[in-house]
Amino acid sequence: MVRSPARRALTAYLTAAPFVVFALFPFAWMLVTSLKKNNELYDLSQNPFLIRAGITWEHYQYLFAQSAFPLWLRNSIIVAVVSTGASVVLALLAAYALARLRFRYAEGVSTFVFVIYLLPTTLLFLPLARLVSELHIANTLWSLIVTYPAFMTPFITWMLTAYLNSIPRDLEESALVDGCTRLAALRRIVLPLARPGIITATLFGFTLAWGEFIYALTFISTTTLKTVTAGVVVDLIRGDVFYWGSLMAGALVASLPVVILFSLFLDHYVSGLTAGAVKG
Amino acid sequence: MTPHPAATGMRGDLTESAVRRPQVASRRPRHPRPGGESAAAWGMLAPTLLLLGLLAVYPLLYALYLSMTTAQVGAPGRFVGLENFLRLPHTAIFALTLWNTVLYTVSAVAVKLALGLVLAFVLAQRAPGMKWIRGAVLVPWVAPISLSVLAWTWMFDSTFSVFNWALMHLHLISGPIGWLGTPRLARFAVVLVNVWSGLPFFGITFLAGLVTIPQELYEAATVDGVGALGRVRRITLPLLRPVIATVVLFSVVMTSSDFATIFVLTHGGPMNTTQVLSTLAFRLGLATGDLGNGAAISLYLFPALLLATTVQARLMRRTWQW
Repeated sequence: MVRSPARRALTAYLTAAPFVVFALFPFAWMLVTSLKKNNELYDLSQNPFLIRAGITWEHYQYLFAQSAFPLWLRNSIIVAVVSTGASVVLALLAAYALARLRFRYAEGVSTFVFVIYLLPTTLLFLPLARLVSELHIANTLWSLIVTYPAFMTPFITWMLTAYLNSIPRDLEESALVDGCTRLAALRRIVLPLARPGIITATLFGFTLAWGEFIYALTFISTTTLKTVTAGVVVDLIRGDVFYWGSLMAGALVASLPVVILFSLFLDHYVSGLTAGAVKG
Repeated sequence: MTPHPAATGMRGDLTESAVRRPQVASRRPRHPRPGGESAAAWGMLAPTLLLLGLLAVYPLLYALYLSMTTAQVGAPGRFVGLENFLRLPHTAIFALTLWNTVLYTVSAVAVKLALGLVLAFVLAQRAPGMKWIRGAVLVPWVAPISLSVLAWTWMFDSTFSVFNWALMHLHLISGPIGWLGTPRLARFAVVLVNVWSGLPFFGITFLAGLVTIPQELYEAATVDGVGALGRVRRITLPLLRPVIATVVLFSVVMTSSDFATIFVLTHGGPMNTTQVLSTLAFRLGLATGDLGNGAAISLYLFPALLLATTVQARLMRRTWQW
């Protein structure tokens, strides 16, 4: 059975279409809802797929001018950037040791990191809530900045160890023979070579931190200190029930940063995901 | 953009790295090195090990300790041994919750597995722009889960559900359906949303496995007169088995401990019919302040986790020679 390329492509598009629609429909729905005027949004006689009464920016205006949403965005950026940065540095050191250095218990440490990586955050949030209050960082951004690396570092270590194993070690060895110290070799030779892997790991780390929910919900109770995931879900509710326009606007705007990063670095994401270092 | 070696080496290393963990250095024969390697290694590992010790191992042990006490928020409580663990299964709400968690995990993982295989075959086809189609189906996995579930909550709204509107206009139903207010439909809804967010991971990982299968095997089978379904059953599935096993185990851990989907969509309702271990632990441990029972409930996840980790570790060793 020989098929022309055009027919093959058509088959591919037709079979992929249901999956694409399924995947993207909720986001399209966020957009439609966020642009619709309230009287049309809550009119059951209207076709919900269409915007007939014209688009409105009132939900976005409410979000940015009257709610704590801008603060939540800022908090999310701070938490995600700092915790990702710290995790990548820690993980890079650990991954280098695991991938390049010979020491007793290397196998054991690698297994340990893997087991911690499988530990779900829903198992740890209760004792961690106590721990952060004992450390006097409860209800501050620090409670998230400090705890996020605990689930990010194992997984970034995992990814980077696999990546470093795929890089030839000759350059590094000759640098070491030439009297370069190990940290200098790591900085000057391994870092540049491992850049694509580090970018991928950073993207995954940032995505994880940006989307984290249960710690953000548990450790922070002050509205203005919330991150965007917990803030929109818990605090973006006005007195009446008709708040879906701004809720969907908030969900959409808060999803955008990672979706934009994702489309810019699509190849990195897909290769990282297919490298099998990620849980889903 | 610099291609990621994993992307260029897709044919070779990918599935292997998808099913086994990165090799540690000590396994390889190497040139002699200047001394102090061991000290350097521990020095580089120290920050990570310290962090994981303080923020993962210690909380886990602390959860174990809490689960054996009657601790409340602000009151240390007394030690009661395994009493919480033994009493919980006799309470109606916990028994229901445990059953819900099993049902939720098994059905969501089964659907993700089946659809994920189909999705992988779909994405493996060649067509212009396929890269963007792959990217599009990955979006649910990238976006913050609690926020996309909020969109699903709105789509399942008791009054304004878009699904109700569509079904009514297709004359499939006569009046609006209370999706999240009816036990069976609410259970269906939480599974559907979990499938929505978890499917990309299955599809893309299986796709990585698919492309490592040598094309010659299919050609040889075709020459031998094996049909398309036979090729899938006799070549694809057996060769994909290690990847499938890994993904399913990961997913069992992630799905059984899922919190955001249920917390946002149903809060465990109606009448606890979608309550799972994580949401019940949250309710008891935080809303009610019953830390002892809350910790015990979340630790009921531990057997599933232990099983998955052990099987996973074994698989990784076994898949060396496949």
